[in-house]
Amino acid sequence: MGLKSNLHNFKEKNKDKKWLPGFNALFTFLYMPNETTHNGTHIKAADDLKRTMNTVIMALVPCLIFGMFNAGYQHYLAQGLIESANGFLGASFWTLDNLVVGLWKVLPLVIVSYGVGLAVEFVFAIIKGHEVEEGYLVTGMLVPLIVPIDIPLWMLSVAVIFGVIIGKEVFGGTGMNILNPALTIRAFLFFAYPTWMSGDKVWIHGAVERDQMIAAGQNVDAISGETILGTLAQGKEVAYSVWDMFYGIIPGSVGETSTLLILVGALFLIFAKIGSWRIMLSSVVGALVMGLIFNGLVSAEVITEGSKFYGLMSTEFWHHLLIGGFAFGTVFMATDPVTASQTNKGKWVYGFLIGFLSIMIRVFNPAYPEGVMLAILLMNVFAPTIDHYVVQGNVKKRMKRLKAKTA
Amino acid sequence: MSKDIKIKKGLNIELIGEAEKTIENAIISNSYTIRPEDFHSIIPKLVAKEGTHVKAGETLFYNKDNENMKFVSPVSGEIAEVLRGPRRRIDAIKIIADKAQTFLDHGTFDLNSDAEKTKAHLLASGCWAFIKQRPYDVIAKADVMPKAIFISGYASAPLAADLDFTLAGKEAELQAAVTALSKLTEGSVHVSVGDQSKSPLANLQNATTHKVSGPHPSGNVGTLINKVSPVNKGETVWTVNAQDLVIIGELLLTGKFNAERIIALAGSSVQKPRYFKTKLGAEIATMVYDNGVERDSNARFISGNVLSGKQIQPDGHLDYYSNVITVIPEGDDYEFFGWNKPIFNKISTSRALTFSWLTPKKKFDLNTNTNGEHRAFVTTGTYEEVFPLDIYPMQILKACMYKDLDEMEALGMYEVAPEDFALTEFVCVSKQPHQKIIREGLDLMLKEIG
Repeated sequence: MGLKSNLHNFKEKNKDKKWLPGFNALFTFLYMPNETTHNGTHIKAADDLKRTMNTVIMALVPCLIFGMFNAGYQHYLAQGLIESANGFLGASFWTLDNLVVGLWKVLPLVIVSYGVGLAVEFVFAIIKGHEVEEGYLVTGMLVPLIVPIDIPLWMLSVAVIFGVIIGKEVFGGTGMNILNPALTIRAFLFFAYPTWMSGDKVWIHGAVERDQMIAAGQNVDAISGETILGTLAQGKEVAYSVWDMFYGIIPGSVGETSTLLILVGALFLIFAKIGSWRIMLSSVVGALVMGLIFNGLVSAEVITEGSKFYGLMSTEFWHHLLIGGFAFGTVFMATDPVTASQTNKGKWVYGFLIGFLSIMIRVFNPAYPEGVMLAILLMNVFAPTIDHYVVQGNVKKRMKRLKAKTA
Repeated sequence: MSKDIKIKKGLNIELIGEAEKTIENAIISNSYTIRPEDFHSIIPKLVAKEGTHVKAGETLFYNKDNENMKFVSPVSGEIAEVLRGPRRRIDAIKIIADKAQTFLDHGTFDLNSDAEKTKAHLLASGCWAFIKQRPYDVIAKADVMPKAIFISGYASAPLAADLDFTLAGKEAELQAAVTALSKLTEGSVHVSVGDQSKSPLANLQNATTHKVSGPHPSGNVGTLINKVSPVNKGETVWTVNAQDLVIIGELLLTGKFNAERIIALAGSSVQKPRYFKTKLGAEIATMVYDNGVERDSNARFISGNVLSGKQIQPDGHLDYYSNVITVIPEGDDYEFFGWNKPIFNKISTSRALTFSWLTPKKKFDLNTNTNGEHRAFVTTGTYEEVFPLDIYPMQILKACMYKDLDEMEALGMYEVAPEDFALTEFVCVSKQPHQKIIREGLDLMLKEIG
């Protein structure tokens, strides 16, 4: 009782202070507020925005933990210090050493992402005099999972500030934004600091550092780890098995490699009725269709081995679901309700086009082979247009009914 | 040409405190209060000044826009007080009831009369107040011919009074009222009844009966209209509550405006939920304390159901249209980690660590806590699951918020009433006041378009 009534009294005493939203954000984190209904419905369902966002975070936790182990695993593997893990439960993967590296590298990303992002949210809430909104709770968790492990923390901070302000706050905060904030942050990094976001040096902890040591004249072996997409884009052979890709024991952004755990998260979100199964399913279908078209072009010999697109076009269509950030983007980014299509019919179109365009961009853009980010951002912009046509369908039906009556 | 209506989208909210099917006579209320705000959009012109004596059925005030439209006293007694608000707006008229009731005789009515005579009789006798129209969900304009009249005889709202029970034995009154109403429309009178029920409304003459099934809002009159004959631009339909047909019918048959009504006292704060015989405008204190709510308990009193009723004070009065008083606990307390712990004792349509989907038959004890703070619209698709009308709920709500009249019209604003958005408001993750938004949107349209 003590803490609760003390906090309550503190809130009542400081009712007219400007910084109260900041306090309330922390207070409501601890206690669900004592707000009651007025006229309108006198009872309300149990869900609120905090619970919704929290559910998405729970779905992301397996990816985060896996990402930490994978960070250490890729680091040691590239140096030849450990055997490669054989399968998801491989002995050399789930080791304390791997986890320590992961904790050391990934936790700062999480802390910086949340710290900087929430600071911006608090400042805006206080300036605008509204409560701190929950949108960043998910964004803050997504961001560390979709960046390369060695990204300098100052870059991350700059990108987060940019993403939250330009991606969200200028539009009016959570619920009003046009672009997915997490992807806005990633796109900013991608175009502002391209050397840190692509290539074969950034995906494994220590690779860049090792390069610098070599340049300084030290006698060590260079380590590198290219993503599968990077390898394919250059038309080289992929050294990983399909199962490796599915389990996620491959180089890549921190938390997006494990299709298996993303699938677990997706099932959880669909079961909880928080994530839209329509978007996820149609996006997968879209990707498969585009993949099949490219496979068809290859087998019809329109594209031959000499072509620079051959590597990615000849990739079996369903492998596209396993490599790169496709699965992660589809499940956790495309389904953001604010930036996706809002009508159920619109979601089918929106998801399909995301899948379709992801694979197209991936194949035709060898410099930056990750297409899903750009595809989602593009479709974010078109989502209101899709909805417009869906809603017009309903409006037209109404007009038709009226005409039938008056005719 | 009866048409069965089956809806799938919706939500039955099962609550503790359903009224037991026994009728008690409520203690006779000393005072009765009529609030003009019950008659939305009507500007009252007072006839019965303070201190005058009225009979039951005698005019209290009339509609400023239509002098023939009278609003009458439910009881005989003395006008004790006329409470006024800002700009001398009439807030409430309080009547101290006589010990022995006397009725103003409106004369028995020939049910074969034509539309004009029927209309004039209903307007003069105060029964017009029970006829509402869509668009705008206000008291019907007397000078239009509606394309149809709709009556819902199936109450699907949580803890609603069972109409089969409260209307039992009133067949003659119901039939008289429906016959009279059928004169007033070019189409027919559509009546809905539950598909399993033995409703006294099931076999009426001069009406089209529809059997409805499915979760709430299957019993809402708005759902019936949408499935039978949605309102187009320029069209009007009328709606009447089933329980009000009894008052209309009795007036036509006997000439007496008898404001008696059987209402349910329900809700988890009530010790023994049951039915009462009382009158419109009666003090609820005459019913709620005996075997009901503990005095000074922290409870919410609602005239109407939990989804669209009005909050009233414990010394308040039954409003003009309701047939249920619901009392539930207030939820003005904090809940430790309420936003992330697993929840078993509240209703939710999601499964985000909320487990009401495991127990669909369980009855819940919900309080008035909002379970979270007010936010902008974020989630999508949640409203559509509980909204059976062929309308895009979120889009129309947003159109109301940014006051785009053309878009509101195009999206179907003429078809809706606030109560149609009660379920979407209940499930709203962002805790937006949907019914208020729709009411304000309708008022704006009424003002701008008329």
